[in-house]
Amino acid sequence: MKTETRREQLQPPSLLGNILRKLHIDIPLFIGLVFTSLLSFIILYSAGGQETGILLRQAARIGLAFVLMAVLAHIDPHQFKRYSTLLFNIGIFLLIAVLIMGQIGKGAQRWLDIGFFRFQPSEMIKITTPMMIAWYLAEHPLPPKSKQLFIASLLTIIPTLLIAKQPDLGTALLVASSGAGVLFFAGLSWRFILAIVAALSGMAPVLWHFMRGYQRDRVLTLLNPEADPLGRGYHIIQSKIAIGSGGIYGKGWLGSTQSELDFLPESSTDFVFAVFAEEFGLFGCLGLLSLYLLIIGRCLYIAARAQDTYSRLLAGSLAFTFFVYVFVNIGMVIGILPVVGVPLPLISYGGTSIVTLLAGFGILMSIHTHRTFLPN
Amino acid sequence: MSRIYTIKDNLVENRLFLNRIAAAFITILLLTSGLVIRLIYLQIVGHEHYATLAKENSIKIEPLEPTRGIIYDRHGKILAENLPSYSLELIPEQISNMDDTLRRLQNLLAIPNEKIEQYHKQRIRQKRFTSTPLLISMSDEEVAKFAVVRPYFPGVDIHARLVRHYPYKDLASHVVGYVGRINEAELKTLPIAEYRGANHVGKIGIEGFYETELHGKAGYAEIETNVQARAINILNEVDTEPGANLYLTLDIDLQKTAYDALDTFNGAVVAIEIKTGGVLVFASRPGFDPNPFVVGITNNDYQALQASDNQPLYNRALRGLYPPGSSIKPFIALAGLEYNVISVQHRLFCPGYYQLPNASHRYRDWKKGGHGAVSLTEAITQSCDVYFYTLASMLGIDRIHSFLQQFGFGEKSGIDLVGERSGLLPSREWKRNQRNQSWYPGETVITGIGQGFLQISPLQLARATATLANKGNVVTPFLVDKIVRMNSIAPGPESHGKTIPLNPVNANNIIQGMINVVHSARGTAKGISKDIPYQIAGKTGTAQVFNIKQDAKYNEKDIEFKLRDHALFISFAPADDPKIAVAVIVENGGHGGSVAAPIAGKVIRQFLGDKK
Repeated sequence: MKTETRREQLQPPSLLGNILRKLHIDIPLFIGLVFTSLLSFIILYSAGGQETGILLRQAARIGLAFVLMAVLAHIDPHQFKRYSTLLFNIGIFLLIAVLIMGQIGKGAQRWLDIGFFRFQPSEMIKITTPMMIAWYLAEHPLPPKSKQLFIASLLTIIPTLLIAKQPDLGTALLVASSGAGVLFFAGLSWRFILAIVAALSGMAPVLWHFMRGYQRDRVLTLLNPEADPLGRGYHIIQSKIAIGSGGIYGKGWLGSTQSELDFLPESSTDFVFAVFAEEFGLFGCLGLLSLYLLIIGRCLYIAARAQDTYSRLLAGSLAFTFFVYVFVNIGMVIGILPVVGVPLPLISYGGTSIVTLLAGFGILMSIHTHRTFLPN
Repeated sequence: MSRIYTIKDNLVENRLFLNRIAAAFITILLLTSGLVIRLIYLQIVGHEHYATLAKENSIKIEPLEPTRGIIYDRHGKILAENLPSYSLELIPEQISNMDDTLRRLQNLLAIPNEKIEQYHKQRIRQKRFTSTPLLISMSDEEVAKFAVVRPYFPGVDIHARLVRHYPYKDLASHVVGYVGRINEAELKTLPIAEYRGANHVGKIGIEGFYETELHGKAGYAEIETNVQARAINILNEVDTEPGANLYLTLDIDLQKTAYDALDTFNGAVVAIEIKTGGVLVFASRPGFDPNPFVVGITNNDYQALQASDNQPLYNRALRGLYPPGSSIKPFIALAGLEYNVISVQHRLFCPGYYQLPNASHRYRDWKKGGHGAVSLTEAITQSCDVYFYTLASMLGIDRIHSFLQQFGFGEKSGIDLVGERSGLLPSREWKRNQRNQSWYPGETVITGIGQGFLQISPLQLARATATLANKGNVVTPFLVDKIVRMNSIAPGPESHGKTIPLNPVNANNIIQGMINVVHSARGTAKGISKDIPYQIAGKTGTAQVFNIKQDAKYNEKDIEFKLRDHALFISFAPADDPKIAVAVIVENGGHGGSVAAPIAGKVIRQFLGDKK
């Protein structure tokens, strides 16, 4: 590690490199994100019925997210570490507040109305949970011992259950995997991982028992969408038709009949991948997956190059969670996973998820650009 | 947590972490490969399947209903046409609460429950997203009422459709027929492709018989639709081929004359143009207004028509069977001459009754005291019953049967209408098969004056008369003269072209007798011969509705109207160059000469008057 640091030190900083360093922007990651955002505009224009309104709103949201990313990139990772506990506690407090307000009101309550804008505490929790666990595990030698494991699991399960109760299965899943991601990178023993996987599959009937009716339906629908083609299976059937009819080369941009003619519901939000696959075909899909893999790869590289345990664990978890986003969304749209509300990261329209995602990338950039070149 | 225990081995942690990064990346690659495999399965292996499904999703085949052909009479007067009309139609798939919507519509437009039931029945068999009519032929007021509240009725709309209309209403209802909504049974037999967009089908009359020609060929449009089945774009359209227009041989004015002349009586008039076989008049009274059948007649109205004593739905001209009475006599007389059983000069004595050898039963003549010695011509003119009792006995039933058969009695004429009945021309064989009895001589006797088993329809009688006037060239009656399509004109049905080998001298002798019926002082129908420049040949008939007891005196004023005799008259004119043959049957009309003959007279005068 010392040699690497020295080599970087020896490199004469170019003018551009200097500027970017000052901006704390990681170029490869930045380029990947910009490309994905551009793809988002292209596909949303088609999926949203060629309206510019949807593009403007998406642009505003992405713009805001990029600004937030840049701001976070400027903050020293030590600050994140310092405030991890506080932010996590605030997040939990807000989640409970939302739940109580939901009880007072009626039905699902995810939003907190703070005067001029509405805020989703569950989005914040997506980042503060791995921060908290990374902070906790970094205080101890790795791999974590059973006591730390227990506490880390508790720190994961509490927000997960609070969100699942909202109910927001998608976000709960992402929060759970962010916590699990930290544990994995912290060196959770393989034996233990296998045991958890076995336990989870053993617990499936118990989980089934606790699922709500509509959640069960989603699982059943996945297993046999044709059983209820006009009802619950409709989403999956129509999305499979869209993807399959796209073929190898796709129907071309704006050529989607499934979404253009409104057969595919939620074509700009959670099911936007189906439109993408219909218009750009298998080649387009492979391209998009490669782009995602590049981003994830860069994130893992950043994690590998991080200089302290907290940064490594947090970066690794953020990278892993981003992949879970991609995998769960595409898996659901192509009909191998149940329908849970997870958007296609950076591409789906709307939601606050894009802001949270770019905030995560901001933290990653901060980690990468705040490395010190002299050992302390 | 004490910091004492947090002794970190940086090298170990570093290796562990890098291993985990590598493991994570490999896992991610594996899972991504899973996605790729699934995508390959959907987009390459399943591509054709899903591409087909996508097409079916978005392309809807919309049937286009062809315009039904128009029916004209021989002079181009419209008997059946298509009028634009507004109908209230519903698309079930676009209505969230059907019961509520129907209830609100019912309150708004005072729709009878029956129409709602009809609608339900019809809607079941429709494809998805098909607009199905609830009300047809809406009044302007109803249209206006609905137009105001239309935004509150999603899925309900007013459509302009063409609705069949019969301007002459009851006058030609039986012959023109009507169209009605397609029923379950018809749905199974009709070619489905041609009737996808259709609600109506020809039921009876010309509308029924020429359904294929009138209906035309359905077209379709391939319409790209969205998920609400709203049309976005028409991809391909196959035009409809409108139904053929039919020109009938019927003369609606002549029909009106005949129909009006029947007046309050129930009965039928059939007139045939002898040279062609074209039917000029095909009247059955009472008729009915066919227009309610098009829009869906209410059950009450239909029951009323069905239950009426006068049976307005019954096509008497086609399906009514009557004993011919004395109108059969010219044919029996001709048989006598043709079989050389009698000669024209031979006179028979009529004492007022006839007795079979060794039998006591007296077959009475209509004229008490008898006609005295009568020749064949006089027997026809005066309608002497005893002469024909005798002649029938001499001929025997076998010869009567085979002779009358040639004129089309006992068989369908083959007219282009559905539901014709063959009537009954009795024979030994028939009686043995049907009743398992042998033929009695007395039955031959009464067959001679058109009583007994003999049953004929007005159409058969007119046809036989035309064939007699045509000196044995059998006339095949038909109604459709021309079938006019967009770029072709086809003739109606072919005639049989059969000929009965008759001796023209014999035929002329019979015809002379028939001329005398109308023109001689003792003729039974002499009232209609006034002031005409040509001669009419005719024969009256009176068919008993029930048998009068031996020696009982028949007084028509004493008996109930429904039991009065049917009055018949057959005729053709001009006698020397026959152009029109007319058969008239007036139910419970009493005497043929006084009631039926004047009706035929009016028809003949009008037709031949026109011709001059």
